[in-house]
Amino acid sequence: MHTSPVTTAHHETHENPALLHHFATAEQQKNAASFGMWVFLLTEVMFFGGMFCAYLVYRYWYFGDFAAASKSLDWRLGAVNTAVLICSSLTVAMAVRCGQVGKQKAMVVYLALTILLGLVFLGIKGIEYRDKFVEHHVPGQSDFQLKEAIPRQPGVLANQQHAQVYFSLYFAMTGMHALHMIIGVGLFAFLTYKAWKGAYSPEYYTPVENAGLYWHFVDIVWIYLFPLLYLIDRHP
Amino acid sequence: MSEHISSVKLYVGIWLALLAGTGLTVLAARIDLGPFNTIVALSIATIKAILVVLFFMHVKYAHEKMTKLVIVTAIFFLFILLALSMADYGTRLWS
Amino acid sequence: MATAVVETGERETYLNKEYGIKSWLLTVDHKRIALLYLAGITFFFFIGGFFALLIRLELLTPAGDLVQADTYNKLFTMHGQVMVFFFLIPAVPAVLGNFLIPIMIGAKDLAFPRINLLSWYLYIFAGILMLYTILAGGVDTGWTFYVPLSTEFLKTNVITAALAVFIAGFSSIFTGLNFIVTIHRMRAPGMTWNRLPLFVWAHYATSLIQVLGTPVLAISIVLVALERLLHLGIFNPALGGDPLLFQHLFWFYSHPAVYIMILPGMGIVSEVVCCFSRKRIFGYQAMAMALLGIAVVGFLVWAHHMFVAGISVYAALVFSLLSYFVAVPSAIKVFNWTSTMYKGSITYQTPMLYAFGFVGLFTIGGLTGLFLAALGIDIHVTDTYFVVAHFHYIMVGGMVMAYMAGMHFWWPKISGRMYPEGWGRLAALIVFIGFNLTFFPQFILGYMGMPRRYWDYSPAPEFQILNVLSTAGATILAVGYLLPMIYFLWSMRYGKPAPDNPWNAAGLEWTVPSPPSTFNFDEQPVVTWEAYNYDEIEGEVPGAH
Repeated sequence: MHTSPVTTAHHETHENPALLHHFATAEQQKNAASFGMWVFLLTEVMFFGGMFCAYLVYRYWYFGDFAAASKSLDWRLGAVNTAVLICSSLTVAMAVRCGQVGKQKAMVVYLALTILLGLVFLGIKGIEYRDKFVEHHVPGQSDFQLKEAIPRQPGVLANQQHAQVYFSLYFAMTGMHALHMIIGVGLFAFLTYKAWKGAYSPEYYTPVENAGLYWHFVDIVWIYLFPLLYLIDRHP
Repeated sequence: MSEHISSVKLYVGIWLALLAGTGLTVLAARIDLGPFNTIVALSIATIKAILVVLFFMHVKYAHEKMTKLVIVTAIFFLFILLALSMADYGTRLWS
Repeated sequence: MATAVVETGERETYLNKEYGIKSWLLTVDHKRIALLYLAGITFFFFIGGFFALLIRLELLTPAGDLVQADTYNKLFTMHGQVMVFFFLIPAVPAVLGNFLIPIMIGAKDLAFPRINLLSWYLYIFAGILMLYTILAGGVDTGWTFYVPLSTEFLKTNVITAALAVFIAGFSSIFTGLNFIVTIHRMRAPGMTWNRLPLFVWAHYATSLIQVLGTPVLAISIVLVALERLLHLGIFNPALGGDPLLFQHLFWFYSHPAVYIMILPGMGIVSEVVCCFSRKRIFGYQAMAMALLGIAVVGFLVWAHHMFVAGISVYAALVFSLLSYFVAVPSAIKVFNWTSTMYKGSITYQTPMLYAFGFVGLFTIGGLTGLFLAALGIDIHVTDTYFVVAHFHYIMVGGMVMAYMAGMHFWWPKISGRMYPEGWGRLAALIVFIGFNLTFFPQFILGYMGMPRRYWDYSPAPEFQILNVLSTAGATILAVGYLLPMIYFLWSMRYGKPAPDNPWNAAGLEWTVPSPPSTFNFDEQPVVTWEAYNYDEIEGEVPGAH
């Protein structure tokens, strides 16, 4: 038998319709949701991390071949895409800020802009992928051929097998990143609709904030992918 | 998350810094720095990532220590994966 | 205390609040979700067990005469995959963790009840894919999916098996995420970290592993699928890829995964040992830190599964040394359970019998892990039955016994009924005997050189007698597991109604009725006492003699 009494704790009255029943306060709910998103991003770091590990190992083993293969990518498209994502991170941050200050219409605009920029990114990525197909740089295909010399070793063609490892990683990493972008765009489409319907206010804009965290994370992944995939050895 | 509301000026400033960093990365890639090319590229990328995390993701103004702990934990365990894997790959050809 | 009353006049509980299939399949009540998981877990346990029985039947004779060699490969693969991903990983967290953690911390539910339900649906969907894989002819990669066998040479259902494991992985990740946020953010006033039951600490440590490790398994499976489907060449040796890279990524998860399996069991043992010794745990801080220590150090040792695979010997030395370190926190726990029991008022109810079994058998399993961590010994016994015995001692002698201890300990709370104690003790004894008879001979077999995953050992007929003993043990073990199935089901109708606290145990879960109401507490508790305050609790375990 317990000798310690169980006493009553004060409950916040549930006037906030967004407050779910199992949370004591709106503050607790917001904290929990935010914390949950950060833990999810931690899982995403490890998820992409596995591919970065593979990349690290093979770049270490086959640096020359990787550099040659990297040169076949169009760095200008990569740089533009990096800029596009950076702009989209700005629009996301602005959208969250609109939530904080209660600018509902502006929030809708910024969310829509984010989607637009995301689609631009995916469009450019699509062009790049098509280029790879056209140039026969798709790994595992019988017509794979990389006609690049290893940087500063003119006349030494890149090893065709190792180059396929590079392109396997290229497609796996950018493909997984693009998949996350597509999910992000879908998420933001939903949020834009809800924002347009007036669902978000300074009292409750948590979904926008948390989706923003996800979007920024996907941006950060690209911030690393760009130099690692496009700029391995670009100096003359 | 925090209730701190960043100014538009701050966001635009960070945005410009990120764009500048991208430009810098491309420029540095065209200069022969030997083994430092990789280090410079990754350092700039890391600074960009830090800017996004601190300012766009509000971590600089977060009350919660847990947020920072989550980030550090993620980086630490990723580092373990990469470092201990390289302990094998880096030493395979020894002996 | 106001209690809602349903039409029949009985108290409203989470079980009778609503009836109908929709109220179960669309529930967000963590307790109902726990029972949904219990159904799945039990089902897959018996599927995995069925494959084990077939393996043991084949090994009764040296010749491969029961099934074809390829079929045998499928048997041990399916046994492993089903047991690991659909029983061992989810069992304690998804059933007992889900049910108890909110109540133990004084909350109404987990932080994300809908994600909890999503986790269950992911588990079930993955389970259906795994069943499909089995029915479509199975998969024979070994539970480890090693490349290039899985990417290039097998014509079996690798992709569906891989997809099943991938989806089950996300179920696990979301459960871990849910628990971490819940334990951080939903504790009742006064429930400080240092007052948490070790069961909660154990699930916290487990959840850390789940969120950090499982994503790496996920990506390694994705890469295998991409390689198999699209001929990407990340692990393909013909392209300069390294098959060992897959092993690194796979074992980065799969070693910590064994701690996902065991830590919740350790949490259960702490609860049970304290209750049935009527003592607070010896060294609470050390026990909590040991749980975290196992979780963290467990991430540093994965390549001890690859000592003979072709990694550099220098890396092998590093991983061997690190593997010794991970034994230290585990040993601390065994010492502390023992010290808790010392001079305690011990009674031998079924949960305590299983807890005793855990402490002894986990110790044996753990010590043999140290043998395996030694490079010299590992070269001789790796890929033999020594390894098989080692991990079954920990997983079956340890984790499954802990699961049984927990199921018996908390059954009254979950179902509102007492299980029949006599049958419980008998089943525990049968399990203990069956288990040791099954697996101890395997240590000897491994030492003598019998390889694992071999369907035919006719060049070494001297292995037969130990194999026969092992198979005999397996049938006894099967009986031991069937008994609780039967009497738990029986008790749901005919068992004695359980009081709120049938064991006179410490912990918030024992302050609410058996079974609890839907929102657990009528009023949020305010905690002012330490964990395991058995010195303040009057009375013995009821029915102790």
